[in-house]
Amino acid sequence: MADLLPEHPDFLWHNPEPKSSYDVVIVGGGGHGLATAYYLASRHGITNVAVLERGWLAGGNMARNTTIIRSNYLWDESAAIYEHSLKLWEGLPEELDYDFLFSQRGVMNLAHTLQDVRESVRRVNANKLNGIDAEWIEPEQVKELCPIINIGDDIRYPIMGATYQPRAGIAKHDHVAWAFARKCDELGVDIIQNCAVTGFVQDGGRVVAVETSRGRINAGKVGLCGAGHSSVLAELAGFRLPIQSHPLQALVSELHEQVHPTVVMSNHVHVYVSQAHKGELVMGAGVDAYNGYGQRGAFHVIEQQMAAAVELFPIFARAHVLRTWGGIVDVTLDASPIVSKTPVDQLYVNCGWGTGGFKGTPGAGFAFAHTIATDQPHPLNEPFSLERFETGALIDEHGAAAVAH
Amino acid sequence: MLLIECPHCGPRNETEYHYGGEAHVPYPQDPFQLTDQQWAEYLFYRSNPKGLIAERWVHSAGCRRWFNAVRDTVTYEVKAVYRVGDPRPSLDDHPAQTTTSTTSSTSTTGTSSTTPTGGTS
Repeated sequence: MADLLPEHPDFLWHNPEPKSSYDVVIVGGGGHGLATAYYLASRHGITNVAVLERGWLAGGNMARNTTIIRSNYLWDESAAIYEHSLKLWEGLPEELDYDFLFSQRGVMNLAHTLQDVRESVRRVNANKLNGIDAEWIEPEQVKELCPIINIGDDIRYPIMGATYQPRAGIAKHDHVAWAFARKCDELGVDIIQNCAVTGFVQDGGRVVAVETSRGRINAGKVGLCGAGHSSVLAELAGFRLPIQSHPLQALVSELHEQVHPTVVMSNHVHVYVSQAHKGELVMGAGVDAYNGYGQRGAFHVIEQQMAAAVELFPIFARAHVLRTWGGIVDVTLDASPIVSKTPVDQLYVNCGWGTGGFKGTPGAGFAFAHTIATDQPHPLNEPFSLERFETGALIDEHGAAAVAH
Repeated sequence: MLLIECPHCGPRNETEYHYGGEAHVPYPQDPFQLTDQQWAEYLFYRSNPKGLIAERWVHSAGCRRWFNAVRDTVTYEVKAVYRVGDPRPSLDDHPAQTTTSTTSSTSTTGTSSTTPTGGTS
């Protein structure tokens, strides 16, 4: 039997002891932290970098998301950064030399009401103006692309059409993290797990070191990629973020043969569904309403999401839930991320990606690495500064971004 | 599903309520006197503690009244509920009263030291 098992893979990265000092310390070893370190090393030649991870590599939201990648956002600022991210995704399997099952199977955003239809058509037009592939499709085309979907008019929220982005899709999330981690390691980045940051040492308004559970680590610059814990990190550094942390749940069914060829999202009944390569139906819902750091949510949220899924996909009624879980998402009040300098010199923050951070992984890393390396935002993340909450130049993607964040 | 004790109706399922975010964030006395930063803090900045938070709930499917609760954002345990206008119970000083019983929580004397800042001066 042992012969039939695949060979155990080589370890993809080392686990070095932290050095006493780095040019850049990234706090958070999830997708965004690893991508940031990768672009620092590969694009800016900054390789004396440590990625500090409190738990294990990519064990937070990177392990808990529903892997959807798309760029069909309404506003120009969002379209720019998410489309750049999607273009990076398209080149990453080759660039990282790792087939992480990036599958451009298309993403459909359903419309169930006249208001949905108007919003969708408007968004398609906005996307086209920004050079993003997007089209409005009628219910019959929805059915053609996804034969298992119910387009009948005898359900509570019949499907009135959808927007469709063919280049959108899914990727295998943990492999994405491993691909970045392996390349980071090759380029000289230290990936340090089980290393919790407990404080920031500042000198004259400038960060000079991080205190960790494994001792003090001096740092020329520090980048925060703490996702749901961003507020906690900012508090340690002495400033506030306009972030609220919420539980967000998802679930998978047991394995089925491939029945669902694309990704279907519905903002109105709030469920999104794809089928993983292995065969699980992967579904997510909206956030639990209250603030929470517990990495779990309430079952009635799951129940609602399942009800919506079964109405849209009647054959799912026979599927069984295999696992449900929760992550902590960092939500801003305009549902757009913050990739920005902070009130502390040489300390930078990448957070607020809310429920949509996975698709932004390469784009965030690319822009954040530029911000850290040059002490200036990249044009892509300039609008996503902390200052926008004071100037009023918000990027309001609530309800505009195809699904509510 | 949380079991939340409405101060007026007693313990009910979470689905009867709607969440209202951080409690004790007063509207600024004179908004025109605020700087852009202070106004931004009032509009967009809320506490996001990992631990105890004072927050608002409304019993939508019951008495439809707003009230406040102190809840642990890690365990999700509701430590106290109290009526609008009552000060936040100082649970740290009275660990024995960290129950969801309305009588013990509403009789707890709160102090201003636990009032979260709303960004208003």
